[in-house]
Amino acid sequence: MAEAMLSRVADNLYWMSRYLERAEHISRLLAVNLNTMLDYSPARADHSWARLFECLQIPQPDVENDPYAITQLLTFEPDNANSIVTCIASARENARHVREQISSEMWEQLNLLYLQVRSTDIDTIWGEEPYSFLRMVRDGAYLFQGITDSTMSHGEGWHFIQAGRCIERANMTATLLDVHSSFLDTRSEDHVGDDYLELVSILKFCTAFEAYCKIYTADPQPATITEFLMLNAQFPHSICFAIDQLQVALNAIAEATEKHKVVRTNRLVGRLRAALGFDQVDEIMASSLRDYLADIQRQCAQIHVAIHQTYIAYPIESALTS
Amino acid sequence: MTMMNEQSAAFAQYDLNVGYDEMFEAKLTPRTQYEALYKRLLELPPEEFQRRQAAADTSFLNQGITFTVYGDEEGTERIFPYDLLPRVITTSEWDTVERGLTQRITALNMFLTDIYHAGRIMADGIVPRELIYSCRHFRREMRGVHVPRDIYVSVVGTDLVRLPDGQFAVLEDNLRVPSGVSYMLANRQVMKRIFPRLFSDYGVRPIDHYGQALLATLRALAPNRSADPTIVLLTPGVFNSAYFEHTFLARQMGIKLVEGRDLLVHDNVVYMRTTAGLQRVDVIYRRIDDDFIDPMAFRPDSALGVAGLFNAYRAGNVALANAIGTGVADDKAIYAYVPEIIRYYLSEEPILQNVETYLLEDEKQRGYVLQNLDKLVVKAVGESGGYSMLIGPHSTAQEREEFRERIIAHPRNYIAQPTLALSRAPCYIEGQVEPRHVDLRPYILYGTRVTIVPGGLTRVALRRGSLVVNSSQGGGSKDTWVLYG
Repeated sequence: MAEAMLSRVADNLYWMSRYLERAEHISRLLAVNLNTMLDYSPARADHSWARLFECLQIPQPDVENDPYAITQLLTFEPDNANSIVTCIASARENARHVREQISSEMWEQLNLLYLQVRSTDIDTIWGEEPYSFLRMVRDGAYLFQGITDSTMSHGEGWHFIQAGRCIERANMTATLLDVHSSFLDTRSEDHVGDDYLELVSILKFCTAFEAYCKIYTADPQPATITEFLMLNAQFPHSICFAIDQLQVALNAIAEATEKHKVVRTNRLVGRLRAALGFDQVDEIMASSLRDYLADIQRQCAQIHVAIHQTYIAYPIESALTS
Repeated sequence: MTMMNEQSAAFAQYDLNVGYDEMFEAKLTPRTQYEALYKRLLELPPEEFQRRQAAADTSFLNQGITFTVYGDEEGTERIFPYDLLPRVITTSEWDTVERGLTQRITALNMFLTDIYHAGRIMADGIVPRELIYSCRHFRREMRGVHVPRDIYVSVVGTDLVRLPDGQFAVLEDNLRVPSGVSYMLANRQVMKRIFPRLFSDYGVRPIDHYGQALLATLRALAPNRSADPTIVLLTPGVFNSAYFEHTFLARQMGIKLVEGRDLLVHDNVVYMRTTAGLQRVDVIYRRIDDDFIDPMAFRPDSALGVAGLFNAYRAGNVALANAIGTGVADDKAIYAYVPEIIRYYLSEEPILQNVETYLLEDEKQRGYVLQNLDKLVVKAVGESGGYSMLIGPHSTAQEREEFRERIIAHPRNYIAQPTLALSRAPCYIEGQVEPRHVDLRPYILYGTRVTIVPGGLTRVALRRGSLVVNSSQGGGSKDTWVLYG
């Protein structure tokens, strides 16, 4: 009992990690689309921005598909809760409240990343071409992850960090596939031009192109892409991989808090993990890919609520009788 | 020889005045306990000295030993200015200080027990009843409340100054939530790294056991319920100026750092919310003022405290350090009575003297003070941190006029003291050694016994001629060395 962790601290660690993962996700999607857009036909380029906003669950803004304005909105816009800068600032604010719980190296890296993104602006990065900025954000997040793994005890707090990242990632990948599901559902075998570019960019959104090619060769097909990003057990950005890691983290947390395997969080994550492990892509696509992905997102939301109710904001009555 | 001359030049600006000088008996003649330090300073090339000062500053910054500056949305953190030259206190000087502080804390705890229970000292006419009841920090709610072991004040930081005759006198007792002890500990860590040889040659008494002693003091307050009590440190949160210290002490003691929202009260029992469920809390080292600690009992607008905490406390289910209502005994008007309080409860003469204090409700004393505002220091009775203060010789006519009006309107709210010639200690300032005013805040722990780690926080008024040592007002600090016999 003496080692128990304050609920507030667990909550801060979880959200710190979610926000940083989201910042990394935004920078990845934005970098890919800025690049792919150049090869698309004009109509398809416009369409790609609309899909990007859907992937990030941001309402389509009024700006007329102007890459400069969109980049501003997704990087520095303080009023956009899903801009890179606001996400990093939120991650840092969560870290600041638990500074004594994380290693000083972790704090320094997150603080440095925050200072770096705060020290520049849209005109500067647009002038120098935005990729290096977006790359810096991603590298900063990866570095933070590496520092976390090598400087913090892999105890309960570390597992809450893992849980935050995994659930954010699973949810983001599911949303991304969902947005593209009608496109992925097409039966055509022959993808040329814009269609080919779009299939490749779905993989690139998840840094999956190279890993995909190693298994399926450079022949992007909707069914295999869906299988890879949803059900592959080894690729870090696949939903299956993220849920697997989430399960490991939640089991460790349950053990550390002596709640064992009976808690709702573990039942929910276990069920989802089993489905992703045993379901076959052809069966899923034969019924409805869209429904399947919507279900994954719903289950992620359930797990999030269950974590909150089990460990953070549980009712006092239940805690007193146990 | 050239070297010597060049180095003596470092002391060229060093003048002595009527006040006590910590280092020099006479111009360029150091006191015995400072001889070795003086010699070392003469040997050390200025570049080397600067290098060590820079190394010390970096060390503070990297460790994050900072305080928050209020009024900045980014929550800017600054390092507490640090002076490299240690202040040296001899064994016999320390012996007097230690005995004097022990006597004082013992008497003040008896005083608090008395005024919240029998009230003998008021009945016997030693301290006027109305003076106590008119204290801003007197808590009616505490009357008749039994606190564990009758310990009201577990942690004290007493401000001492050295008078021109070399005697230490008490300037102020801080009996509510004294801060600064983390700087004392951090200063020592840095000093040992920067001047290891000098340090070992001197034979300095250690202070590192403070955290352990504080934990033992807190443990002594635990209700008998459990052999292994749960002790927490309650902080107002990350925006508080002393947040660094709160995290530091929690880490030193290995206890949880909690905020008000981590705690809840159910059936008069305090729990903290952990991922493993609710965990009962036995002792709270609270770094939140009385006013904010329980919105149900005190300020209803407080978002920092814990609703129902006071009832749990009154029921004896949780101990607080310090107790609620201790501020009455560090009210600056009560301060004037402390020598009488010591005589009354202990039948002893006070070992440490008070600074002469004028009470402004007394017509004769008030008349004298109003005549002499330009020579005196006027302080608000319920404030600390150097706020609401008039330093006569450094004041403008307009400021004096404002204080005159305030004193006449509310004489109970102010006291006056003569402007003291505070002692001065050498400080390293822009390549020169110059004297600066210092005080000393030792930290006293009162549990099953009294523990005072040797030394304390020496605060320095770094601005030339300034008498204000508070960190919020341009003060800094230096390490304090109490020597073995």
